[in-house]
Amino acid sequence: MSDSLILRVITKWLVPVILLFALYVQFHGDYSPGGGFQAGVIFSSAFLLYALVYGVEATSRVLPEAVLRIGASAGVLLFAGVGVVSLFKGGTFLDYSALSDTPLAGQHIGIIVIELGVGITVACVMLLLFYTFARTIPPQ
Amino acid sequence: MELLTVLLVVIPLICAPITAMIADRRVAWALTLMMCLALAVISAMVLNDVTTGKVIHYELGGWKPPWGIEYVIDSLNALIAVIVAFIALITVIYGRKSAEQEIHDSQIHLFYAAFQLVILGLMGMALTGDIFNLFVFLEISSLASYALIAMGHKRQALVASFNYLIAGTLGATFFLLGIGFLYAASGTLNMADLAARFDDFASMKLVITALLFILIGLALKAAAFPLHSWLPEAYTQAPTMVTVLLASTSTKVAVYVLIRMLYQVFPQAYWEEMLLPGFLMLSGCLGMLYGSYKALCQVSIKRLLAYSSVAQLGYMIVGIGLNNEAGLTAAIVHMFNHAVTKAALFMAAGMVLMRLHTTSLDKLRGAGKTMPWTTGAFALAGLSLIGVPGTAGFISKWYLVQGALAQGNYLVAGSILGASILAIMYVWKIIETLYFDGSDKLHVHKVGSGKQIVADLPVATACCYLMVFACFYFGLYTSIPLEAAQTAVQAMMGNGGAQ
Repeated sequence: MSDSLILRVITKWLVPVILLFALYVQFHGDYSPGGGFQAGVIFSSAFLLYALVYGVEATSRVLPEAVLRIGASAGVLLFAGVGVVSLFKGGTFLDYSALSDTPLAGQHIGIIVIELGVGITVACVMLLLFYTFARTIPPQ
Repeated sequence: MELLTVLLVVIPLICAPITAMIADRRVAWALTLMMCLALAVISAMVLNDVTTGKVIHYELGGWKPPWGIEYVIDSLNALIAVIVAFIALITVIYGRKSAEQEIHDSQIHLFYAAFQLVILGLMGMALTGDIFNLFVFLEISSLASYALIAMGHKRQALVASFNYLIAGTLGATFFLLGIGFLYAASGTLNMADLAARFDDFASMKLVITALLFILIGLALKAAAFPLHSWLPEAYTQAPTMVTVLLASTSTKVAVYVLIRMLYQVFPQAYWEEMLLPGFLMLSGCLGMLYGSYKALCQVSIKRLLAYSSVAQLGYMIVGIGLNNEAGLTAAIVHMFNHAVTKAALFMAAGMVLMRLHTTSLDKLRGAGKTMPWTTGAFALAGLSLIGVPGTAGFISKWYLVQGALAQGNYLVAGSILGASILAIMYVWKIIETLYFDGSDKLHVHKVGSGKQIVADLPVATACCYLMVFACFYFGLYTSIPLEAAQTAVQAMMGNGGAQ
């Protein structure tokens, strides 16, 4: 598939657009439909498309598996970390209102940071799943 | 104290991703050890605080229940948290060598991370007062345990794990559907709120369906008799550390959730009139007879102990089915006692596996002379498994028989005694092979004989004997599990369901 010129060019055009859309869904998630999970899946789909056209080898040079493993854990840590920060600030676990001076600002910060954590973990795990299965198919 | 309770879930949640990121087996082990130590200390403090009858409430995220998720800790789930935390702690100390032997070096940090996630899930299931949150934790612990079982070093481990995956997913689906029905009927997910407003929606047929779905889901998770088929292979093939942890905690937590559902979400009066107590007793009795019989037929020690677990779970199910104070107390105390006993036995089996690379009885003839300490642990913990007076196993069986006799249910009492006789036979089968069959020459891995064996695995042996000691200690000084169980039973039976 990788020798088709049209596919290669279109993919190069599409990948940044998909990534940008993923970031939009991620950071606009608290006003409009979306959020970390959807954004993570869209983000990883850009890399999936790249891997389908340019091969898993090329993709894993851009995003090695070791980075994905770290990312998958870091996202969870970010989520849990928000909870711990709110604990230290005197609220209960995951009480975003305690994160800032006003509860409103606190809720904003809280939801954006935990959704970022969700997004990172989902994107990394999706790609890890893809890599794991793609590795079992011998290259043609 | 409120703050401490949430730490029981937060500490593993923070610890597990860190462990997964650091690819070093010593750091991973040390982190797991520290986490378990913290959990053990906190859970002991919490238990000490709630045995007086006090109930701790913790609201997550600052949302008021019934809308927000709430953790409710009374003496029952504090006891469960203590079981999970202490068994995990001792397993981690015990299992360092065995994990290094059984798990590939590149996976060991992930192994420990998954181990922590199992503990996280079990803790969460024990502490939460929100029925959907409970499902989430159930899935966390289950998914992590599928991964852990699959890491067993034989290829059969993959099949065992896959079977468990199928059975466990079915169970979780039933449980989730049950929760969905209950939510559709009531509009709430908070357990206390469900119990308080139960009369408003009790007349709906949907509620019965919900109860049955929840029961079947939990019975699959708890490996209650006809739904136990995933358990023996999973325990046999899993790495030693995982077998010890899962055998002594995960099914117990499922039984705990069953008790919580039957006594504090659905009012007792609601299901008492159904055939349900009869079914529970039937399942329990058949389970303990069948499990004990199958245990007697096994050649591998690990599989024998796994079938014996099916039998011991039967005792707990019978205790719930008896539906009186002595029965329920017995079920709760037996969770504790069986956790201690089975941990000791699986630890001993794990040491045999580490030394000899087999747990097959026909290759272990006369091992008692070569490995006196390990086989000694088998003999002593076996006494507790049978229920000899003076051991932990006796206390719970005593209450159970009392409960059965109080109802005049001689069939149940007879089954308990019958299963105990079978237990004597299968424990004797191990002891006879280890001590009285002296024909085979043992090929002990690396080590010759006698004291060297103990010297080679001092920590593991010490942990095993700590559990053996606990079997006897809790047989003589029963106050910790018994007081907690009695407080809990009085709270549950006393006010007919509502908290």
